Amino acid sequence: MRRLRMRSSIDNCLTYGLVIVAYVVIRLLLAGGNISYALQGQLVPITVYIVMAVSLNLTVGVLGELSLGHAGFMSIGAFSGAITATLLELLADTTSTTWIRLGFSMPWLRLSLAMLIGGIFAGIFGFLVGVPVLRLHGDYLAIVTLAFGEIIKNVMSILYVGYDANGIRVSMDSANALKLDEGGTIIVNGPMGVIGITKLSSFTAGFILILITLIIVLNLINSRAGRAIKAVRDDKIATESVGISVWRYRMMAFVISATLAGAAGALYALNYSSVVARKFDFNTSILVLVFVVLGGMGNIRGSIIAATVLTVLPEVLRAFNEYRMLTYAVILIVVMLVRNNATLQHVFRQVGARLSKSLPIRRKGGEV
Amino acid sequence: MDFLSYLISGISLGSIYAIIALGYTMVYGIARMLNFAHGDVIMVGGYMSFMATTRFGWHPLLSVIFAMIICTVLGIVIEQLAYKPLRAAPSLAVLITAIGVSYLLQNAALLLWSANPKSFSSVVPFDSLRLFNGKLIISGTTIVSIFVCVIIIMTLNTIVNKTKIGKAMRAVSEDKDAAQLMGVSVNRTISITFAIGSALAAVAGVLLCSAYPILMPTTGAMPGIKAFTAAVFGGIGSIPGAFLGGILLGIIEILGKAYISTQLSDAIVFAVLIIILIVKPTGLLGKKVLVKV
Repeated sequence: MRRLRMRSSIDNCLTYGLVIVAYVVIRLLLAGGNISYALQGQLVPITVYIVMAVSLNLTVGVLGELSLGHAGFMSIGAFSGAITATLLELLADTTSTTWIRLGFSMPWLRLSLAMLIGGIFAGIFGFLVGVPVLRLHGDYLAIVTLAFGEIIKNVMSILYVGYDANGIRVSMDSANALKLDEGGTIIVNGPMGVIGITKLSSFTAGFILILITLIIVLNLINSRAGRAIKAVRDDKIATESVGISVWRYRMMAFVISATLAGAAGALYALNYSSVVARKFDFNTSILVLVFVVLGGMGNIRGSIIAATVLTVLPEVLRAFNEYRMLTYAVILIVVMLVRNNATLQHVFRQVGARLSKSLPIRRKGGEV
Repeated sequence: MDFLSYLISGISLGSIYAIIALGYTMVYGIARMLNFAHGDVIMVGGYMSFMATTRFGWHPLLSVIFAMIICTVLGIVIEQLAYKPLRAAPSLAVLITAIGVSYLLQNAALLLWSANPKSFSSVVPFDSLRLFNGKLIISGTTIVSIFVCVIIIMTLNTIVNKTKIGKAMRAVSEDKDAAQLMGVSVNRTISITFAIGSALAAVAGVLLCSAYPILMPTTGAMPGIKAFTAAVFGGIGSIPGAFLGGILLGIIEILGKAYISTQLSDAIVFAVLIIILIVKPTGLLGKKVLVKV
C-alpha cells in the first residue's frame, strides 16, 4: 500500500510538472514571438479541452460509464458563465456603490466568478441529469447522456435573456417577448447565442483552471472516495456487498465531472465575443471522448497530452490544406488499430524489446 | 384531417428511421458494437443514387440498386479494415474507431462532392395520392417508404428466423465462442451482417433524400443519431424493436413539430426516450439481462 501510494504521488508530480513546464515553455515562446498567430488563438481552447478531457476521464475512465453528452455541461457552463460576466459588467457600469464598481470592473474577478457560477450551474444540472441517468448502465446510460446533451442544445437555442432597470428577464419565445425597457440589453438572443461578450479569458487563466482541475481530480482519485469510485467501476455488486453506497459514489464522480466541464465552458465562452449553443453538440462530446480514449482510460496525463496534440494537429496539418480532416480521421483510426490490435502490438513489443533489451516490459492494467 | 396527415408523414419518417435502426440493431446484436459510421453510409448511399441519376442518367430504380451495391461493398471494406482487427479490443476502442470512420467518410464526401448542398430529385415515380376531395394528400415517397419498410422487416424476419445464415446470426449474438465451437464462422457472419446493414442504409439514404431533398456530407449524421435512438428505444438488438422504435420516434417527431414546437421537436424526441428508458431500462422490446454474481 505504501509503495503504491509512493508511486501514485510520483506519478502525480510528473503530471503537475508536465503542465507547469509546458506553461513556462509556451510563455517563453510567446515572449520570443515564436508561436504563429493561428496557434496563439488555439491556446485558450487547448486549456479548455484539457479540462474537458480530464473531467470526462473522471466519468469514463475512473467511474467506467460512457458519457456522450459532456458538451451539454460545457454548454450550461458557457451560457451561465457568459451571462454572469455580462451582468457583472453591467452592474459595475450602473451601480453607485463604490466597492461593487471597483470590484467588478476587475476582469479577473469577473472571469473567476463566471467560471465559478458556470461550474455550479453545470454541477446542479449534473445532479439533475444524474438522477435518471445513473439508474441505467452501459450503452443505455450512454444513449441517455447523448439525449440530455441534445436536449440542452435545443433548449439553449431558444433561450432569450435580457437585462434592464427592472432586472433580468427570461423568455423561451422571442427577443421581443422579453419586453425590455429602453436602456435594456439583450444578453442571450436565441439561436444567435450569447452576444456582446467582453473577452476575458487568457492563457494564464486556462493554466490556473487546469491546475485546479488536476488538484481536484488527482486528490479525488487517490482518496478514500476515489478508491470507492474505482471499486464501483470494477464490480458494482461486490462493492455494494461491502457496504459502499454505489449510487452516492457514482453521483459524486458524475457531478464533479459536470462541474469542471461547466467551468471549462465558461472559460471557453469568455474567449469569444459571442457563443452559440450549436457549438456544444454531439460532435464536441465525441471530440472530448476521443481525447480520453486516445490518452488512455483513467490516465489523467494521457488525457492532457491527447487533448493538446489533437487540438494542435489540425493546425499543423494545415499544410495538407483540404486533406487535413481526412488525414486526422486516418490518424485516429490507425492509432486505435495500433493501440488495440493484439498482432500489431506483439510486433511493436518485439521491436521495442530488441531495441531496449535491459528494460522489462511493463504490464498495463490494475492501476489508475 | 390535419392530424391524420401528420400521423401518416410521421409513420413515413418513422419507416426511414426504422430501416436505419435495423442496421444499428443487427450490428449491435451480433458484434456488440455501436457502429457510429452507419449514418454516413446513408449519406454515401444518397450521393451514389444522385450520381447515378444525374451524371450517368440512369433509371432511378437502377440507381437504387447501384447505391445498394456500392454501400454493401463499402460496409464490408470498413468492417474488414477497421473493425475486424479490433474483435478482441475493448468496446470503447471500437467505438472511437467507428467515429474515425465516420469522420473519414464525411470528409471524403466533402472532398469529392464539396459542401454545397445538392438538391436530390425523388426516385419515386408516383404522383401524390389525393383522398377526401383533396383534403388529405399523401405523397408517393411517403407511401413507398412505408411499403419498403414493411417489406424489409418481413424479409429480415424471415432471413433471421428461417434460414441457415439467420441461425448463425442468432447463434453468434447469443454466444460468440460457443457458436465458433459449433462450426459457425463468426467472422463471416459478422461480415454478412455488416453487408446487410449497409445495403439497408443505402435504401434508407435514397428514401431520406427523396423525402427531404437536400444532400450534404453531413446529411446522414442527425438521422443516424435519431435512428440509433430509435434502436435503443425499441430495445437494441431486437429487430421488431427497431421497427417499433423507428415508427414511434417518427410519429413523435412529426407530431411534436406540428403541435408543440418546431425548434423543440428533437428535444421532445429525446425526452420521450429518457422517460421510456427510466421506466423500462432496456427499451420497449429489449430483453432484461439478469446479472449473476
